[in-house]
Amino acid sequence: MDIFVCVKQVMARDSVIRLGEGATWVRDDGLTFEMNEPDTYALEEALRLKEKHGGEVVAVTAGPARSASTLREALAKGADRGIHIEDDRFVEADTHATASALAAAIGREQHDLILTGLQSDDSGFGQTGVILAEKLGLPHATIIMEIDASGSQLRCKRELEAGWFQRVTLPQPALLTIQSGINKVRYATLMGIKRARKKPLQRYTTDELGIEITAQQSVRRLYQPQQAKQTVFLEGGSREVADELLNKLRFEARVI
Amino acid sequence: MSILLIIEQQGGKWHRMSFEALAAAQEAATGIDCPLVAAVVGSGVGPLANEIASKRVSEVAAIDSPELAHYSPDGFASALRQAVEQVKPRLVLFPHTYQVRDLVPKLAASLGGCFVSDIVDMRFDSGEPIFVRQLFQGKLHADVSASGRPPHFVSVQSGAYRADAVVEGVTPAPIRNLPVSLDAGAIRTKAEPPYQDAKDAVDLGSAKIIVSVGRGIQDPDNIPQAEALAKALGGELAASRPICDNGWLPLERQIGSSGQTVAPNLYLALGISGAIQHVVGMKGAKTIVAINKDAGAPIFEIADYGIVADLFDVVPKLVEALEDSK
Repeated sequence: MDIFVCVKQVMARDSVIRLGEGATWVRDDGLTFEMNEPDTYALEEALRLKEKHGGEVVAVTAGPARSASTLREALAKGADRGIHIEDDRFVEADTHATASALAAAIGREQHDLILTGLQSDDSGFGQTGVILAEKLGLPHATIIMEIDASGSQLRCKRELEAGWFQRVTLPQPALLTIQSGINKVRYATLMGIKRARKKPLQRYTTDELGIEITAQQSVRRLYQPQQAKQTVFLEGGSREVADELLNKLRFEARVI
Repeated sequence: MSILLIIEQQGGKWHRMSFEALAAAQEAATGIDCPLVAAVVGSGVGPLANEIASKRVSEVAAIDSPELAHYSPDGFASALRQAVEQVKPRLVLFPHTYQVRDLVPKLAASLGGCFVSDIVDMRFDSGEPIFVRQLFQGKLHADVSASGRPPHFVSVQSGAYRADAVVEGVTPAPIRNLPVSLDAGAIRTKAEPPYQDAKDAVDLGSAKIIVSVGRGIQDPDNIPQAEALAKALGGELAASRPICDNGWLPLERQIGSSGQTVAPNLYLALGISGAIQHVVGMKGAKTIVAINKDAGAPIFEIADYGIVADLFDVVPKLVEALEDSK
């Protein structure tokens, strides 16, 4: 089974966000970056499918030079090789541009299954996987909780809203977007990190893939959200704020 | 050029977000000053089309076919592609449901149009719509404009518009059937009937007080501290998605877009950052209290009372104070 898993490098959770020049994106100097958390579940699922059914796991990313470290992390966890479509413009690119680049790179290879995370922690479009499927002419299913790849067709458990689920079947090759929490992700071992250094990591420029980065939607301005409510902040010692909060809840909000 | 609203229904019942999207579409039609076509998609949608015709819309479009009785990405994308080609709208609006997340990226990509997903607001700059999206898990907002050739596809976040803001029509709107031809053989992803997993379902929807924990709880061994507070307040314990993903609390106690939607009198968020997926499930609470170490956590934007502190300092004191006042 030839499995491609798409991963994105995003700023680490709890990063202090500062607006960049022109306020269309954030400054990324001095930040640490990590693999987009939803993608870690997609990678883990790909590795488990390979362990069960054999084949190859290829991690693919479209991003600036620094995203190579996220591919190395995927290789250290067990992916066999990496593909890096390298361009600084992917940092602010829309989901259409990213999906087009991924389609160009994956489209030239034999693929049985493509996995992506549900959405990214930065832009949060939640579209890249589905657009990628459409560009490659593949069937897709989203928000997948379980994959059974033992038959001729894939049979998956798909999450619906409000605690409902359904099973879907689809022919291969196919694309699935993985719900976070579907598995317990592994850590890279020291041996894995060592091995990763020798694994192939292919770099492409957008020219080599014959693609252009054109945005269909653009951020005009980024800003701090306005307070939806006038929050009353309570300050003081722990017991003091506890008493004050309970007072407010009893006599002001009248909810306890 | 019109606005086309695609309303979601299943088995003759509206999706709960459908009327929120209708309210957004009515506002957009006024802002852009163009007609609004509201479409109902499914099999046997006549009665639902009649219901929508009583609202302030220019026209109701019924997209009716036995092949559309159940959702499939291939079937629905094909049907809506044909509908879009007939109506030729500049904007196609949807509620941001799971079905829309599955369908619309495909639909928009197949028509070469962009999809501005999960918007929380819209503004109009001399008739040009500007969409507001949340970025970085809700820490920042972005004004987004769509470029490229129309139609542009847009989905509206749960709770961003109020269903009770829908304006009634003066006279019933005309209903038009949009014929679509579908090939059942071209449907690749096949779905089985939906089911529920949870055996001992907890109905958090009826709880008056909810104490909810997020990543800030750090370790499953710390859950009893939150549990003690829930007990002292006579409330239910709930959690954000990562806590349930880790198996620290069962999935049926999860609040958010993939869990339950609640509107208790009091919602106490402990160590919850306030990611969009969580907030859509609880922002209807009457009073929201947030305790978080990070003063910049988005949860404080919707909180009535905020305490910027380590929850492990404050929670035991709250339990103590509640016991003292008994």
